[in-house]
Amino acid sequence: MDPTSVIGTKNKKGQVFTDPRIMMREAPRTPSFYTGSEVIKEAIRRASIDVMIAYPITPQSEAAALIGELFAEGYIGDYFRGESEFAVMSQCAGAAFGGARVFTTTAGPGTMRAMENFPMWAGARLPIQCIVTCRGINSPLSIQPDTIEISYLMQTGMLVWHAETAQDFYDWILMGYMVSEEPEVHLPLALCCDGFFVTHTKDVVDLTPTDMCLPPYDPYRSPVPCMDMECPPVRMMRDPFIMKSNYISYATHASWQQEVWAAAERSRKHTIAWLNGLIETEDVDADVLIVTSGTAVSQGREAIRLLADEGIRVGLVKIKTLRPWPEEELKEATKHATHIIVPEFNVIGWMAKEIKATIPRSERVIAGPRVCGGMTMPPEIIVEEIKRALGVRSGTLAGRG
Amino acid sequence: MSKERIKISPDLYDIMPSDYQDLVSSATYGKEDRGWKDIGTSKELIEQHSLCAGCPESMAFRYILASLPNPEDTVMVGSTGCTSLVFPMVAVHNIHSLFGNQNAIASGLKRALSVRFPDRVKDVVVLAGDGATVDIGLDMTLQAWFRQEKFTTICFDNELYANTGGQESGLMQKGFVAKMAPVGKLFDKVRLPEIARESGCHYVVNCTVSKPSLVEKVVRNAVLIAREIGPTYLQLYTPCILEIGKNSMEGLQEMRDSEKPTERFAFKEYISEPAKQLLAERDAKAKEKKAAAKQLVS
Amino acid sequence: MSLDYVKFTPGFEQFMPKEYRDMVEHGPFGKKTTVSQMGSFKEILEEHPMCAGCAMTLFIRLAIIAFPNPEDTITVGTAGCGRLAISQAAIPFVYGNYGDQNGVASGLSRGLRLRFGDKPKDVVVIAGDGGTADIGFQQVLHSWFRKERFTTIMLDNEVYGNTGGQESGMTTRGAVLKMAPLGKKFEKMDMVTMAKVAGCSYIATVVPNNPRRVESVIKKAVLIARDIGPTYIQAYTSCNIEYAIPTDKVMEDAKTVEDDRYKFTEYVSDEAKAYLAERYGYKEFMPKAVPASVTTA
Ligand SMILES: Cc1ncc(C[n+]2csc(CCOP(=O)(O)OP(=O)(O)O)c2C)c(N)n1
Ligand SMILES: Cc1ncc(C[n+]2csc(CCOP(=O)(O)OP(=O)(O)O)c2C)c(N)n1
Ligand code: SF4
Ligand code: SF4
Ligand SMILES: [Mg+2]
Repeated sequence: MDPTSVIGTKNKKGQVFTDPRIMMREAPRTPSFYTGSEVIKEAIRRASIDVMIAYPITPQSEAAALIGELFAEGYIGDYFRGESEFAVMSQCAGAAFGGARVFTTTAGPGTMRAMENFPMWAGARLPIQCIVTCRGINSPLSIQPDTIEISYLMQTGMLVWHAETAQDFYDWILMGYMVSEEPEVHLPLALCCDGFFVTHTKDVVDLTPTDMCLPPYDPYRSPVPCMDMECPPVRMMRDPFIMKSNYISYATHASWQQEVWAAAERSRKHTIAWLNGLIETEDVDADVLIVTSGTAVSQGREAIRLLADEGIRVGLVKIKTLRPWPEEELKEATKHATHIIVPEFNVIGWMAKEIKATIPRSERVIAGPRVCGGMTMPPEIIVEEIKRALGVRSGTLAGRG
Repeated sequence: MSKERIKISPDLYDIMPSDYQDLVSSATYGKEDRGWKDIGTSKELIEQHSLCAGCPESMAFRYILASLPNPEDTVMVGSTGCTSLVFPMVAVHNIHSLFGNQNAIASGLKRALSVRFPDRVKDVVVLAGDGATVDIGLDMTLQAWFRQEKFTTICFDNELYANTGGQESGLMQKGFVAKMAPVGKLFDKVRLPEIARESGCHYVVNCTVSKPSLVEKVVRNAVLIAREIGPTYLQLYTPCILEIGKNSMEGLQEMRDSEKPTERFAFKEYISEPAKQLLAERDAKAKEKKAAAKQLVS
Repeated sequence: MSLDYVKFTPGFEQFMPKEYRDMVEHGPFGKKTTVSQMGSFKEILEEHPMCAGCAMTLFIRLAIIAFPNPEDTITVGTAGCGRLAISQAAIPFVYGNYGDQNGVASGLSRGLRLRFGDKPKDVVVIAGDGGTADIGFQQVLHSWFRKERFTTIMLDNEVYGNTGGQESGMTTRGAVLKMAPLGKKFEKMDMVTMAKVAGCSYIATVVPNNPRRVESVIKKAVLIARDIGPTYIQAYTSCNIEYAIPTDKVMEDAKTVEDDRYKFTEYVSDEAKAYLAERYGYKEFMPKAVPASVTTA
């Protein structure tokens, strides 16, 4: 089935299957004042989702329950609550194997409980979208925003994007399906945001028309057979590779792993086209750059404003996709900088490590400031970090003894 | 634990918080016939809590902690959920690690305590919500029972995921409309008490916490049987008044309504043969003791 | 599946591997083949890399022959010996993580129902005892609680065969195995009762000795799962390696075990009985004819 053939027809809710380029780029937008959770719901309303499977965990529970309402209204094919995150991600896999467009959400400890599934999804080439509303994963238990779980997701073979605002979220949920369902990509997407900061705050978001929706997923454009007994039956394997310890078996596993990562590479051009680049830059000729992702970018912008008042010029690089990683873009954007400041919402500083591993003269990277456990990141501490790097004296921040 | 352990050095007595002083002077650690009647006349092992006002879970906590036969040698294991907001305020060692793994933690804990204290009684009591017990933790709950692990599992059944804002759980009633069950729950309340019996629990009770004397009785039975014979399970209705739209003074009535003979929380008790024998022996001994005491008096 | 899928593009016949040609020309797709015809048609599963004499292979072969609609059947499996054979069958086999088979099957069966409406697509889970009763236990039970409409088959060799013979929940009490150096301390799990309490509409225990019986229980289980609810088959499929059963004694062992503690049992819910009778003409479940004397009164 050619998905374009349904363009212009209506689904059972009366929404018109619309060419995604027209829907996302040309259709009129309506500014609406919504919480991040509501924005997820609105994006999913327009995403022609077949199956959504839910499990409660703060701060995604609200979004997951709102999507239940969409199901009750008839926008989603099937919806239910699974019994744990491990089960939910397996149930999602089953639905995707069967040719459905699948959506789910999780956070923090839920991400960790589900973890075995993510490399499996990638290896099985299931273009499931999982929203991750990041929160702490440590003991003692915390529900506060913290982005540490992203560092685990980055090694699974999934596409990993990190939204800064609710607007990013809205657009990227819809565009995400377009990228991850490309036959040459066909990978799951972990669409991350900083919990609470994005999910529970209200923001003005420009929405596409309610009566337009994405064309349905076409499972026959998958690079691996859809498991629905509608394609020629294949003998899955002649000799299961797990049985063998020989070169052919190693080579098969190795080449498939490479292929999964190559597929993530091939997502670049589609992602660049949809997201307008893997990074966004402002004033990268400045000596000092703030380079980060998520809401740390917003805090960086504030810090830049404060510093501009004092006559200190600072540029900004917002990283939108972590997988694929914008290596060339970062090298180019940071080539003039003498100081690269990387503010982060986690204790380990995974972003700074990634950047250091990417750019020449990595001593330019200042891995901080970092906050974690739910702490906010006042722009002043970024200002402070930059001044210290530049050797500019400043008054001590209250409470920072 | 010997009660000596919590005593305060005389020099430091006056600088200890009064809460702690009370615990040392009038908590009922080590009191043989401790029970719910001590509430109001002794220092409870829990007093404050951060549950919603009127939440029946708080009554349940108080009755259970007053009834534990051996709190000075009891370690409790909790899970994530409304109960995990209470445990930090409980004056009995307790463990919180992850959501749903409580019976696995308790299995390891009970075995470690048995290895380390072979000649002493150390009770392990799990207390977790219904989501933790029957959904995300089901495998660990049941596998502990299959293995005949010697500890008590208590489920605070409020028939939903309360702590995350009221989503459907496996113990929710069919048809109930909740978050994540937008058209009403589509399948029956999981028959966990029956499953517990079939999985090898030696004592299974399904009831509400409306009557403190009943809670005391079943807790004492459950802990004793777990200590001597094998796994025991209590499923206690602690309605989430917040999510079912009741006021803070309506929890008790809700429990009374749900424990009528035809309702889903009518008192049900299963006791295995070896457990029956154990309870009979215990009762006989108590009788003997009473008789002896009487004789002394007369 | 449209049977056109197993045809060749004209002109390509001669380039196709012999095996594939056999499958098209002599395979069971779209025909009603039975176990009594074994040997006279190309089977969906023929080769396998399992130990010589392994009873599990025989059972899997029989089960696959018994599928009422192989051309519209998808199997779901997990880590364990069974998947080594099932993955070589000429029908799609879905594999996720160890123990997640009933979760995967829940999603799969819902996804397929959504996409294909009333046209039956049968989802059949085939997994080991460790996969079903231990690591996958939670997802197995919850799929039954939710009344997911697919069949679960346990290949019960009473051991973790694939990893070299460790104790599983389905091992009998007292058996000395790896990780049970003093003998297993607790009873073999009663999964049949679990299935009943959890709401399965059809439950059977079988051994592979009687092919017709295997065929009959698989057919019923798959048909009932289409419309009524979850179904469960527990098959004793001895691990001759780990239990040191000589290959020529495998069937004898199965017979002994059957007589001793693995008797054929079958539970069919009333709803399932009525469905089999009305929809598929099962005589055994037809309402008993009312005696003439009553009707004439
Ligand atoms: C792995 C994981 N998944 C999800 C959660 C989120 N979570 C915390 S409490 C809770 C619900 C608890 O429900 P229940 O066990 O019924 O206890 P109640 O709050 O109702 O007393 C959930 C889903 C978590 N902490 N960890
Ligand atoms: C998460 C995980 N844990 C452990 C394993 C290792 N493993 C593979 S097969 C297997 C045993 C299978 O036993 P069973 O399910 O009884 O099937 P059998 O091999 O006996 O047929 C184990 C433990 C795994 N693949 N994944
Ligand atoms: S949310 Fe419900 S269960 Fe939790 S404390 Fe409040 S009333 Fe009790
Ligand atoms: S290890 Fe046992 S179960 Fe596995 S193939 Fe060999 S005989 Fe069969
Ligand atoms: Mg086995």
